[in-house]
Amino acid sequence: MIGWRARNHPAYWAFLVHRLSGIALALFLPAHFLVLGQALRGEAALDGALRWTEVPLVKAAEVALVLLLAAHLAGGLRILALELLAWRGWQKSLAALAAGAAVAVGVTFALGVF
Amino acid sequence: MAATLQVRVWRGGAEGAFRGYEVPRRESQTVLDVVTYIQRRLDPALAYRFACRVGMCGSCAMTVNGKARWTCRTHVSKVAADGVLEIAPLANLPVIRDLVTDMREFFDKWARAKGEFVPTATRRDPPAAVRPATAARRAADAAIECIGCGVCYASCDVVAWNRDYLGPAALNRAWTLVNDVRDGALAARLAAVAGDAGCHACHTQMGCAERCPKQLVPTASIAGLKRAVGRAVLRGEI
Repeated sequence: MIGWRARNHPAYWAFLVHRLSGIALALFLPAHFLVLGQALRGEAALDGALRWTEVPLVKAAEVALVLLLAAHLAGGLRILALELLAWRGWQKSLAALAAGAAVAVGVTFALGVF
Repeated sequence: MAATLQVRVWRGGAEGAFRGYEVPRRESQTVLDVVTYIQRRLDPALAYRFACRVGMCGSCAMTVNGKARWTCRTHVSKVAADGVLEIAPLANLPVIRDLVTDMREFFDKWARAKGEFVPTATRRDPPAAVRPATAARRAADAAIECIGCGVCYASCDVVAWNRDYLGPAALNRAWTLVNDVRDGALAARLAAVAGDAGCHACHTQMGCAERCPKQLVPTASIAGLKRAVGRAVLRGEI
């Protein structure tokens, strides 16, 4: 098994961010569907559940969620570009671009929320 | 520059331990020089492998301070600024003894990836005219310089996760032949490298490209194989 000293390079970090954000988003999905499912029991039930989103901690969690979504999307676009376009040797720039786009989306969302 | 190096060397097989040695520090010293000093002056039982000493044969690759490297082309000054070296056998390969790994599975996978050239002409035919500027030849040239040292194979997580995975070097070899217009086994080779043990198992972590001492990019070759396999499937060729 290779160790962390060998794994410490940009493409591996990009892989880790993509994998961990994917797992975190998958774990969030049940909560997402649970809240949406309240709509089946009427408008009041859904609004009651959505009132939770006014709590600052939940707002912070929403920002984290958007950051994860943006990171996962940008990471996925990076992989598609690497695999489908002719190789140009700009793979590290792609990883940086994906990270930058994800952070920009997260910060924009945070400014809107708070 | 410190007068001596503190060197920890793996001793034993899969079960073993690091043993410490003190080696004199020299100007322009390579890691292979250090290992050779230990075997010749301190511990004649130490097993390691080398041949050319100039980065041509690919036999002296080891794990140096956690990263797979050619020891002959790695200067101590580049990897051990603090005078401490940790030398282990390559990861992802069975250890025979000390710093020597069993490379059989590594080379068997080249055969499984159909890494041998299959000619379409005989010696009585005129030599093939291959223009160097064509896209296929450029793709082959970009990947052709591999000398089979195993550094990429030892730097790949997917090899550790999936023991059947052909690995970066074998797939890179297959990619050079896919781009060789003289070769006559394209469909069979693409079928051999497709699937869970082939190019589609790559997670684009790029450890291979990061560590390749020849600066090759096996990840690019593997991405090319994925596209070639996709096209062949759409055309009904495999």
